[in-house]
Amino acid sequence: MKRRDFVGLTSLAAGALFLPSFPSLAGEPVELARLFDPVMDAAINKRLADAALNAAKSAGASYADVRIGRYLNQALFTREKQVQNIANTESYGAGVRVIANGTWGFAATNNVSEAGLAKAAQLAVQIAKANAKAQKEPVKLAPQKGYGEVSWKAPIQQNAFEVPIAQKVDLLLAANAKAMENGASFVNSALFQVNEQKYFASTDGSYIDQDIHRIWPTFGITVVDRSTGKFRTRQALSASMGLGYEYLTPKAQDKIAGPAGSDVIGYKNSYDILEDAALAAKQTKQKLTAKSVTPGKYDLVLDPHHLGLTIHESVGHPLELDRVLGYEANFAGTSFATLDWKKQGKPYGSKLVNIVADKRQPGSLGAVGYDDEGVQTKEWDLIKDGKLVDYQKIRDQAHIVGQNESDGCCYAQSWQDVQFQRMPNVSLRPGAQKLSVDDMVKNVEKGIYIAGNGSFSIDQQRYNFQFGGQVFYAIENGKITGMLEDVAYQANTLEFWNSCAATCDQSDYRLVGFFNDGKGQPSQSSAVSHGSATTRFNGVNVINTARKI
Amino acid sequence: MPILSKDDAQAILKKVMSFTKADECEANLNGRTSGNVRYARNTVTTAGAADNVSLVVQCWFGRRSGVATCNQFDEETLRRCVQRAEEIARLAPEDPDYMPRLSPQQYLAANSFAQSTAGITPDFRAQAAGDSIALCEARKLTAAGYLEDGASFAAIRNSKGLEAYQQFTNVDFSVTVRTPDGLGSGYAVADFTDAAKFDAKALTKVAADKASASVSAKAIEPGKYTVILEPAALVSDEGLINRLVYAFDAREADEGRSFLSKKGGGTRKGEKLFDSRVSISVDPTNPLAPSGVFDNEGLPVKKLPIIEKGVVKNLYYSRFWAEKNKVAPTGFTGNFVMEGGTASTADLIKSTQKGILVTRLWYIRDVDPQTLLVTGLTRDGTFYIEKGKIKHPIKNMRFNESPVIMLNNIEAVGRAQRLGGNLVPPLKIRDFTFTSLSDAV
Repeated sequence: MKRRDFVGLTSLAAGALFLPSFPSLAGEPVELARLFDPVMDAAINKRLADAALNAAKSAGASYADVRIGRYLNQALFTREKQVQNIANTESYGAGVRVIANGTWGFAATNNVSEAGLAKAAQLAVQIAKANAKAQKEPVKLAPQKGYGEVSWKAPIQQNAFEVPIAQKVDLLLAANAKAMENGASFVNSALFQVNEQKYFASTDGSYIDQDIHRIWPTFGITVVDRSTGKFRTRQALSASMGLGYEYLTPKAQDKIAGPAGSDVIGYKNSYDILEDAALAAKQTKQKLTAKSVTPGKYDLVLDPHHLGLTIHESVGHPLELDRVLGYEANFAGTSFATLDWKKQGKPYGSKLVNIVADKRQPGSLGAVGYDDEGVQTKEWDLIKDGKLVDYQKIRDQAHIVGQNESDGCCYAQSWQDVQFQRMPNVSLRPGAQKLSVDDMVKNVEKGIYIAGNGSFSIDQQRYNFQFGGQVFYAIENGKITGMLEDVAYQANTLEFWNSCAATCDQSDYRLVGFFNDGKGQPSQSSAVSHGSATTRFNGVNVINTARKI
Repeated sequence: MPILSKDDAQAILKKVMSFTKADECEANLNGRTSGNVRYARNTVTTAGAADNVSLVVQCWFGRRSGVATCNQFDEETLRRCVQRAEEIARLAPEDPDYMPRLSPQQYLAANSFAQSTAGITPDFRAQAAGDSIALCEARKLTAAGYLEDGASFAAIRNSKGLEAYQQFTNVDFSVTVRTPDGLGSGYAVADFTDAAKFDAKALTKVAADKASASVSAKAIEPGKYTVILEPAALVSDEGLINRLVYAFDAREADEGRSFLSKKGGGTRKGEKLFDSRVSISVDPTNPLAPSGVFDNEGLPVKKLPIIEKGVVKNLYYSRFWAEKNKVAPTGFTGNFVMEGGTASTADLIKSTQKGILVTRLWYIRDVDPQTLLVTGLTRDGTFYIEKGKIKHPIKNMRFNESPVIMLNNIEAVGRAQRLGGNLVPPLKIRDFTFTSLSDAV
């Protein structure tokens, strides 16, 4: 780990190590009042953007776009009865991307003035021209009409940044108290809030003003048994969402019970952190004495919180066109789902597998009106009736697969990073036939019900994966018979999706989200959601992960 | 502007201290100038450059603290920044883990800055990428690589008169070379303080040779094998050794939620948990892998053995936890040195009757924090060894293994090399657990 990364993390407190992962708190710490300063004004931004676009054209760019961005983050960290850290960060600046001599160039500046942006534009053209010498594939952009002056706002009900910190801290501490009352030895909780204020303009004639919000409440609970030296953990079953603070006002209709015999509760568009913390503590205690799984083949019944991560890794990533083409070969990897593989028409999954990409689903992390290269967003099929039908692509990739429009999934994590193809929301369509989780479990002879996502690992071409979870229950002859521990399953992407035997209906459908999907060099984070209903996969290889040291 | 001298940095920080009315104040000034080039499919894809200097001011009234920041350094901005930190501190909750600021400290000297690196130009980067691509084109192979370099400084001052300053440089390079049919892949990675030691061609050649040699890989049955893990397999992608080194936190061990927690209470400090050939230290002044000599509070980082001849020697104590337990706190900035022997990787291969050479492990994730069990896969050059020679390439495999178990199964320790800012030797390990095959190349 580099010193600059490590030093950045230490201020977030060691206790937070038990949280699943850190979102990138890009930006500099700022005081709270600063978060409400009106910085982004569309009229001023248009003038600034024009300065950049004109400078780029004068310097010889055939295309230019500019993103003026203000990125606000607030993160609250607590453990047991205490507040560990409250971090407010802001990052404000502009990035200019150009094509000159058929080559991309990019430069960014925190000097958001006409002169500052013009200078960045000139530098971007200079870099493009320098790199043109080593360019062998001149950039070809899919045509894009200008939209004029347009705007888009996330449909949130309550801006989380406007909720007093004391109220948010009280909620986290109340969740901690619930966990402790129910047997937790330790609890860490956190609330992450993000607001991206983005202004995009391009030489195509678009001026796009957007306001995007994301929220992620989470916790990690540990129960220690000192007499045996054993400890177990359980993470929150919350989702990170493209919602405001309304996500933290629980509604009865958003609670979805797991199968009878489990005490699992899943959450749809609102989350009951107090209920989940209490349940988590009870379940973690049970884990200490749960039966260790016997390795072998099982039918798996996977809840949406769990399955979303499997979709992310085994469908979302392999269908990113930049990976397919080799642009990510040195880091994230390539893909088994090459253009040749697609032509062969082999089944990706069983006929029940219908997977859709979208950048519009309300409440999802991926939802925006327009992407970071000014393309209006949409929904499109990736896998239809088990067959691969399309990839995820942006403007400079569409021609490679014989298409003439972008899918609108270009994204940069901040103004100072260059935008590139990122995963949209990728979701499994729920079953068309009415099917409840209880009805699904009834038909399973020897299986495991898994709720919550846990450990995850997949190879660089997305064939072989291994997933854990948060809680595991044995299914025997159609009934949940008790909790299991030390469970992980290993499978091959194609075998796994071809073993998909049933998926519950729309009433069980919900999203799970990931704040911190990493890709690119230098690495960038993006946030993405995955929807599904509880789904059954037959005959999957389960291993036992217990070891003695 | 991004790389301020010690005097210029401290002049700004002294002004900050003169403006505060708080009980205590601490200010961190950090700057970095960096550049990168990225290539794939034998062509440059993106290149960038970034400069940044930022000041973080933290003020305390009793146990309450507040933070403010700025990146302009005129008197008025600095004064406003301090005032804001003070305003927030007055409104903040009390911190039960509060520790007073440190008094002035003595720091070791680390050779962590090289002018050769600070002077890197875009042409240097373009040349490195060009050389790497040219070598692969000549051999009808495809290169994808990334070069990033930077110069940075860190300066601290607090209201008790503590001063700290250090400069750093880094060059990080990695390249993956693939055969055009997609059936072979090889990897090389290296990092340096001094750019004069960086040779893009030599590293690309290693990756290219592995790519060519890894075509037509054969599948072998997963199971327990003797493996030679090259340094990239041990530390890149936050690997097996990194995870072990990061797991030495004393508080977590005391709280019972660490592999170092003892049944019934306490920690396993003093126990022999690893093979006698395992010694790992924090060592910021190591000439081959210099790193930070102070942490972000100005606590000195000194040589600290965490494992000595297989025995758990020290755990990391934050200042708060150290005070509570009446021990000295330990500075740690993330880098480590694992002692090696004299054998090269080639020597380790020669001495192996049957085994597997692993270039790189990938997508490593925790499976069980109780045992530090992790999973991941081999990648970009995996070969079967028989009678002291590389026999043939093999298909990649998934492993499930704990570094604690692995470091009890040592057959041989090679010569330590720098990687990821650390020093780590290649290791020959018996009974390394592979659990399934992967079709990935």
